[in-house]
Amino acid sequence: MTPWDMTSEHLLRGLAPQVLGAVARRFRDFSSAEDAVQEAMIAAFTQWPQEGVPENPRGWLIQVASRRMTDHMRSEIARRERETAVAAETENVASLLEIEADMDPDDTLILLFMCCHPALSPSSAIALTLRAVGGLTTAEIANAFLVPEATMAQRISRAKQTIKTSGVPFRLPPRHERTGRLPAVLHVLYLIFSEGYTSSIGSHLQRFDLACEAIRLTRNAKTLLPDNPEVAGLLALMLLTDARRAARTGPHEELIPLDKQDRRLWDRSEISEGIELLTAALSKGSVGLYQLQAAIAAVHDEAESVEDTDWPQILALYELLKRVAPSPIVTLNLAIAAAMVHGPAKGLELLRALDRDPRIAGHYRLDAVRAHFFEKMGDHDAAIKHYRIAAARTTSIPERNYLMTQAARLAGD
Amino acid sequence: MKYILMMNTMRAGHGVPEWVKKDLQTHIAFMMGLNKELRESGELISAEGLSFPDQAKLVRAGKNGAPITDGVFPESKEFLAGYWIVDVDSAERAYTIAAKASAAPGPGGAPLNMPIEVRPIMSGPPPEML
Repeated sequence: MTPWDMTSEHLLRGLAPQVLGAVARRFRDFSSAEDAVQEAMIAAFTQWPQEGVPENPRGWLIQVASRRMTDHMRSEIARRERETAVAAETENVASLLEIEADMDPDDTLILLFMCCHPALSPSSAIALTLRAVGGLTTAEIANAFLVPEATMAQRISRAKQTIKTSGVPFRLPPRHERTGRLPAVLHVLYLIFSEGYTSSIGSHLQRFDLACEAIRLTRNAKTLLPDNPEVAGLLALMLLTDARRAARTGPHEELIPLDKQDRRLWDRSEISEGIELLTAALSKGSVGLYQLQAAIAAVHDEAESVEDTDWPQILALYELLKRVAPSPIVTLNLAIAAAMVHGPAKGLELLRALDRDPRIAGHYRLDAVRAHFFEKMGDHDAAIKHYRIAAARTTSIPERNYLMTQAARLAGD
Repeated sequence: MKYILMMNTMRAGHGVPEWVKKDLQTHIAFMMGLNKELRESGELISAEGLSFPDQAKLVRAGKNGAPITDGVFPESKEFLAGYWIVDVDSAERAYTIAAKASAAPGPGGAPLNMPIEVRPIMSGPPPEML
């Protein structure tokens, strides 16, 4: 036994997908194995902090999970016997050594591809990934998303049902399929990060830190897929964004936009790690959307102030991003960069194209950016009008407060 | 994304609706079925029915913040009868659930087509603003 310390939780969570892989393979039942490993995780979280971490933590988890599986199978057989009176099946109680021998170094990766399968809705994929790959308890996931535990448990069980009915096999997708499936995996990891980054504002400070968890999972994915520049790009993007965490809210939890942040509060070690990862990824030559977004974040992070920011470079990166992954949000950000380089009139001109795009027309962000441009041009009436429209349309309270304050500032007393 | 679905009744009377037993049972079974369905899909955050409007009080702060209660204004034509809070993947999904609730069976089993007000619940700022 070694005493439970800060690193133990990381160790335990890292073991969860390995143990699940072995148990699922042995018992040929992913869904029940996933429940059994969850129970083993809860047992470990209850016992290890008090009794210490066992000598063979992985073996401990496998043993508890297999016992649960065996109990589950016994009751299943008993139920079927009651129902159909068939002869008892031979019990498939495997020894610990046998199960450990079944482990595959790719298990974590297999699970990641499985839980982020495109057949699942984003919310189910997120929930299942956090539990099966992240080793989080249902209660922690429910807490992070502010939903009742029963709701989250149901979402996870539905996700597993979807996997079962769509016949997703428990194995690594063949090499030629992996590239095609990877974007879905990265997207789920990115959504977990965004949710965490969003929810760490305001009254939700007691929630499980999903941003940290997303970084841990992406780091893990980076170890498993060391040569993929987009995995590295995503990790860099997360680190370069997370680096600003301490600066993005004021003493009253109010939102502080990038241009008003105290840059001395930015986390230098996260920035340098992000830049290092990004530089290595970019040298591999296949530039994707996460690397480009990370590159934009890096340009911001390297600047001493808004004025010192290399806006022409940001504009060029958005031009590239628009080609690689066109979206109205990219065009919107491109307009902001263009306004910084060529003046607000240019920005307004670029926004006009978005008014005809049904994906973003009427979206508060369009009004918020437009308000900002009008303010820069000195047209305060138009700026106030658009700040207020944006404030009425946003579904975020910190942002509504920010936008209403901007309008009030220009309107004067 | 979380939404609140508010079910407003248009009834003028304030008490219990005077439906025949069978219609009431069908209506109650429908509502329970809807809640079960939302629980099973992992979308339900909460669902509450409210007491009838004759139990409602309007409260204002008086001197020293002491509550001054008043009956409900008789001219009110719409009352909040209950609400659902759901966590769904899209606004369209929230509208679909609302439409389903709206068509709850009324007298003679005919759909009531009640107005359901759907509104997003405010959340944290989107990450791209940060």
